[in-house]
Amino acid sequence: MEKKSVFKKIAAMSLAAVMLLAVAGCGGGEKKKEADGGNTAKIGLVTATTGGAAAYGLAIKKGSELAVEEINAKSKTKLALLIEDEKGVKNEAINAMNKLIHKDNVLVVSGPMLSGTMFAAGPIAQQAGVPALGTSTTAEGITDIGNFIFRNAVPESIAIPAAVEKAHKILGFKKVAIMYSNNNDMQVSVFNTYKQVFAKLGTEVVAIETFADKDTDYSAQLTKIQQLNPDILAVAALYQEGSLILKKARDMGMKMPVIGNNGFNSPEFMKLAGLAAEGAIVGSPWFPEKQDEKVQNFRKAFKAKYQHEPDQFSAQAYDGIYLLHAAIEKAGTVSDRKKVRDSLASIKDFSGVTGKFAFDDKRNPKMDINVLIVKGGKFVELK
Amino acid sequence: MFFQQLVNGLTLGSSYAVIAIGYTLIFGVLNIINMAHGEIFMLGAFIGLLLVTKFQFGIFTALLGAMVGGAILGYLLERTALRPLRQKKVSHLAPLISTIGVAIFLESVALNLFGPQTRAFPSEFSGHLLDFSFFKISMIQVISLGTAVFLMLVLQLLIEKTKVGKSIRATAENVETAGLLGINTNKVIVWTVMLASALGAAAGVLVALSFDAIEPTMGVMMGFKGLAVLILGGLGNIKGAMAGGFILGVAEVFSVAYGASSYRDAVGFGMIIILLFWRPQGLFSKAGEGGRP
Repeated sequence: MEKKSVFKKIAAMSLAAVMLLAVAGCGGGEKKKEADGGNTAKIGLVTATTGGAAAYGLAIKKGSELAVEEINAKSKTKLALLIEDEKGVKNEAINAMNKLIHKDNVLVVSGPMLSGTMFAAGPIAQQAGVPALGTSTTAEGITDIGNFIFRNAVPESIAIPAAVEKAHKILGFKKVAIMYSNNNDMQVSVFNTYKQVFAKLGTEVVAIETFADKDTDYSAQLTKIQQLNPDILAVAALYQEGSLILKKARDMGMKMPVIGNNGFNSPEFMKLAGLAAEGAIVGSPWFPEKQDEKVQNFRKAFKAKYQHEPDQFSAQAYDGIYLLHAAIEKAGTVSDRKKVRDSLASIKDFSGVTGKFAFDDKRNPKMDINVLIVKGGKFVELK
Repeated sequence: MFFQQLVNGLTLGSSYAVIAIGYTLIFGVLNIINMAHGEIFMLGAFIGLLLVTKFQFGIFTALLGAMVGGAILGYLLERTALRPLRQKKVSHLAPLISTIGVAIFLESVALNLFGPQTRAFPSEFSGHLLDFSFFKISMIQVISLGTAVFLMLVLQLLIEKTKVGKSIRATAENVETAGLLGINTNKVIVWTVMLASALGAAAGVLVALSFDAIEPTMGVMMGFKGLAVLILGGLGNIKGAMAGGFILGVAEVFSVAYGASSYRDAVGFGMIIILLFWRPQGLFSKAGEGGRP
């Protein structure tokens, strides 16, 4: 008797599930019709909205959504943004890319988000002939995947030397200790760049210490470094690890300036590190205090929509959507991917919230780097 | 530098120890590994943080609040994921799977409630540095280390000297016999899971205080470390879990200090593999005893 009722329940539940699916299917179908009609270009966004890297992914999603909203309000060429969650995981990114290209039939893709996931899923876009624009993929060799892969993220191979060389000129350090996350593709590539630049400048590297993403205890590495007393600390880390390292170092009484990479640009970094952020140096295309109408308008609009300040990731994602839109408009098509690729590659005089912008012949960005230092709880230009 | 690194290791080790005790208590009594322990640890940290930031509680009140929260979660865990399975007398692997389910559920809830960003206790809690020429220790490390040791002592007293402790030990030895002798074993099991979860939540607050990183996935790696300590000290052995926690913490820190930092986790877990060859019952259990509190 009891068994029977269980069967009944299961039958009822599966029936309900089937009906739900059917309803959802209908809904999807209607939407598709809408999106296909007229002058609407479908843009796929591959980013992590859940998982360990979601803090960056959500920033990117917000920046992209704001850009799409603004464009649809004023431009004739409308955009439809289809967001897929890559969770910061390689095989999820591959699934997301496949779905966007082969099922949703998008024109172009913004993303994937991490250098690692771009290396995994980029080749799919390349093979299918879909332009993919990385807005936060900063490792070396991203655009070597193929001629359909672009990025507006300044590669760390450009940002790091700019920051290190300027800091060296002004601070004149002689001994450096390097800390990097050795289970993150991007940070390992940053570490290699550090090594090259310091070798070029003739700075002695007294210690190289590693950690893993999501580590929370850095006391052992920092105690070791403190003994060697370097003039400056160079860190390759995301914002969480970067801010924890700084906090611990300042707690232990280490007062030297700290050069960081991308992760130091996030407002989350300032919030977490607090007073410990003083003396942090970073090279960045995004400088929120810049006296520029575009930058300040973007900050205002972003704050009005999301009640908090945008970070570098939102800014670059925002510029990324505008870039794609500019390319689509110039190409004059919402279906010819090859034509859009060619027009994207030829972009020369774009100006966004991260400054003047052009692609070089390897589809990497050519843009100016601001070298910033934290003074009085705020990023100012290093002078 | 040696003393400084030793202090670093002991601070890290004390948090491993408090987490591992939670595992070991539940294992000793129920013979299952509670995979949701790491997530209760994480929620404990969040509860502590909310009490401090939203309600302006002092740190010790927040710690107590987190422990109460942890105990409530433990109660719910026992009623929803453990008791129904125990009554149906299914395979002993079933509660392992059901607690993994609870772990994933709790992590998703935390992600939706609090978002993925990392948070930290306000900086006024980080306190100042005490300098004893050999080594430096921050006030927060002293509090965290002291609280961990205090909790362990209280637990030891509770298990060894009180009636509740006696019934926990009896239930751990044999549930049926304890039942025959008039112990309400269901009640003892609920109490044990609640106690273990309260300790897990306390560990969450302590770790959050010393390492400043509260986020929804913080329980995963810590959970694994706790499991490693559980094996190291001997399954179900409370003193073993305490000693094991300190050993793992010190070993990890020393592998960074005198070896290469890239091998940190490899050294910690490699040590456990070697140890298991030598003493498969764990460091502090007698062979054949299987480890009981």
